[in-house]
Amino acid sequence: MQTFDLEAQGLRALNSALHAQSADTNQTHWEIVNPKGSHAIAVGLDAPIEVDIKGSTGYYCGGMNKQATLHVHGSVGPGTAENMMSGMIVVEGDASQYAGATGHGGTLVIKGNASSRCGISMKGIDIIVHGNIGHMSAFMAQSGNLVVCGDAGDALGDSLYEARLFVRGSVKSLGADCIEKEMRPEHIAILEELLERGQCDAKASEFKRYGSARKLYNFNIDNAY
Amino acid sequence: MKDDTTGAPRTMPIQSATFSNPVNAEIRRAAATGIYDIRGGGAKRKVPHFDDLLFLGASISRYPLEGYREKCETSVTLGTRFASKPIELDIPVTIAGMSFGALSGPAKEALGRGATMAGTSTTTGDGGMTEEERGHSNKLVYQYLPSRYGMNPDDLRRCDAIEIVVGQGAKPGGGGMLLGQKISDRVAEMRNLPKGIDQRSACRHPDWTGPDDLEIKILELREITNWEKPIYIKVGGARPYFDTTLAVKAGADVVVLDGMQGGTAATQDVFIEHVGQPILACIREAVRALQDLDMHREVQLIVSGGIRNGADVAKAMAMGADAVAIGTAALIALGDNDPKWEADYNALGTTAGAYDDWHEGQDPAGITTQDPELMKRFDPIEGGRRLNNYLKVMTLEAQTIARACGKNHLHNLEPEDLCALTLEAAAMAKIPLAGTDWYPGKPGTTY
Ligand SMILES: Cc1cc2nc3c(=O)[nH]c(=O)nc-3n(C[C@H](O)[C@H](O)[C@H](O)COP(=O)(O)O)c2cc1C
Repeated sequence: MQTFDLEAQGLRALNSALHAQSADTNQTHWEIVNPKGSHAIAVGLDAPIEVDIKGSTGYYCGGMNKQATLHVHGSVGPGTAENMMSGMIVVEGDASQYAGATGHGGTLVIKGNASSRCGISMKGIDIIVHGNIGHMSAFMAQSGNLVVCGDAGDALGDSLYEARLFVRGSVKSLGADCIEKEMRPEHIAILEELLERGQCDAKASEFKRYGSARKLYNFNIDNAY
Repeated sequence: MKDDTTGAPRTMPIQSATFSNPVNAEIRRAAATGIYDIRGGGAKRKVPHFDDLLFLGASISRYPLEGYREKCETSVTLGTRFASKPIELDIPVTIAGMSFGALSGPAKEALGRGATMAGTSTTTGDGGMTEEERGHSNKLVYQYLPSRYGMNPDDLRRCDAIEIVVGQGAKPGGGGMLLGQKISDRVAEMRNLPKGIDQRSACRHPDWTGPDDLEIKILELREITNWEKPIYIKVGGARPYFDTTLAVKAGADVVVLDGMQGGTAATQDVFIEHVGQPILACIREAVRALQDLDMHREVQLIVSGGIRNGADVAKAMAMGADAVAIGTAALIALGDNDPKWEADYNALGTTAGAYDDWHEGQDPAGITTQDPELMKRFDPIEGGRRLNNYLKVMTLEAQTIARACGKNHLHNLEPEDLCALTLEAAAMAKIPLAGTDWYPGKPGTTY
């Protein structure tokens, strides 16, 4: 295992070292110590490596990740896993705003709570939150799945496109064009797989599904605000 | 009106200047449809512009350079502040970001071909990067937009510069809209959305708000791309002094400033015509911000919005810009709004030169469309050649003016080379009114 002291060696050296890993690297396991809330840790990775971050991170941890598996042993700042393409990011603590924003693929697991705008504009990523999520989550979410084992804040799924939202607890309010939808067997199957991937022991049958009413898909003056 | 049975002269019927025919037609259209007008292009109203400035030329105290014989350089380097690989261009006229989706693939290819021949850059747009433009553009700027349609790290790594779009001159504070008619399978796939639906582009970035966040966002983008790429920040002409200051503070290598005349693919007419400042009013304020930070020429300034010819280029540069960008003019050079399609324009209820329903995808010139039949009308090789010719003419014109002002590089043009024709232009551009050494608001004057 490669151990990297972020405080001593600096961000540029860290990301350069991680970017230098190719598909067949034998340095497959990295440990980052002393992250101390730094921004842009392990961004733009593109190799099947595992990275353990021993502490909390600042903005955009794991941004644009491809292939790599990141494990944050702490909480994360805003925009974690933003625009992720593939791979997996697991956060042991809480996540600040815009977790998983615009993510195109891969899996983001947040074991604590996520703040507002979780999954904003998501484009294919799967996000599994063990706790609660804040307001305006899944705003303009295009595709992918957002699973919330706790409660959701105001205006969930506002201006939603084709993303699927599964919430176990209460939803404070639904955003424009977001409605509750029937949980059919295929959704239960999708959710069960997501819960397993997200290391979550909740039961799929306890969740409600929300999706787009598709009324804003083509501009209609009667739907304008 | 008088009763003419008395034989007395009648008053002439007078059209109201306030309730003009176009205004009344728009009221009737709104009353009939209940929907505001969406269109492409830029502001059509007349606003103070580069035409309201003139160059003084050489005189006894300033001697000119010989046309053709004496060198007048045109090159520009963008991204000298932080990027390890700045962009070197032969000419200071770049092609502005125009989305694939708004434009067809072949139109993007033609922009790449023409720009590459002329030694300049092209820019992607909302909707992501296409192979057509990457393949044909020697220097390609990749836009980082609020929608993040098509955004991915591979394209970030293969672009030559990154442009974070905060705003556009046609609609500072507005998002975008691509109507369902134009959403082909390919466009839909690139944007991860179903075919045929109206695709809105958000007006705000999803994962940062304010200049402090933007600074961290820039750090992230630089880390992802190993600090190689110049990072531009594009803003609409709203508060140019503060926006430029904040862009520099956030870590921009280049500021792109787009005035209200700037084109758009599709926006509400009321937005295009009523929000934002003319580019003439923005340039000196942006330059003042750069000068106050001691960053003029260190952070480069690209301006756009109604740039049409070499005189406009020279005037923008004399006011302190390092380069310009063109959108509408490039489309016209490719063949957009060409009178040779007049019959087709008429069939759409318009006329060549006025056609602006680019969002509807029925462009007779085959440029702002995704319809395979209409696209066949446009030849990207010929289009590229025409764009190259046009860019060359613009450059030659700008050089002609610079030589007449005694300048051996376009960058040496300066405000002192200019005078203003109107009080408005004098005030906005901070250039003395012709025949005086004064402009409204000039420091040291009281009126
Ligand atoms: C058809 C079209 C599409 C455009 N698409 C974008 C875009 O995707 N992103 C962007 O930042 N600006 C876009 N613009 C604005 C241009 O980048 C540029 O700011 C403007 O065209 C400059 O003004 P000009 O048209 O007067 O040259 C578009 C403009 C046009 C005409």
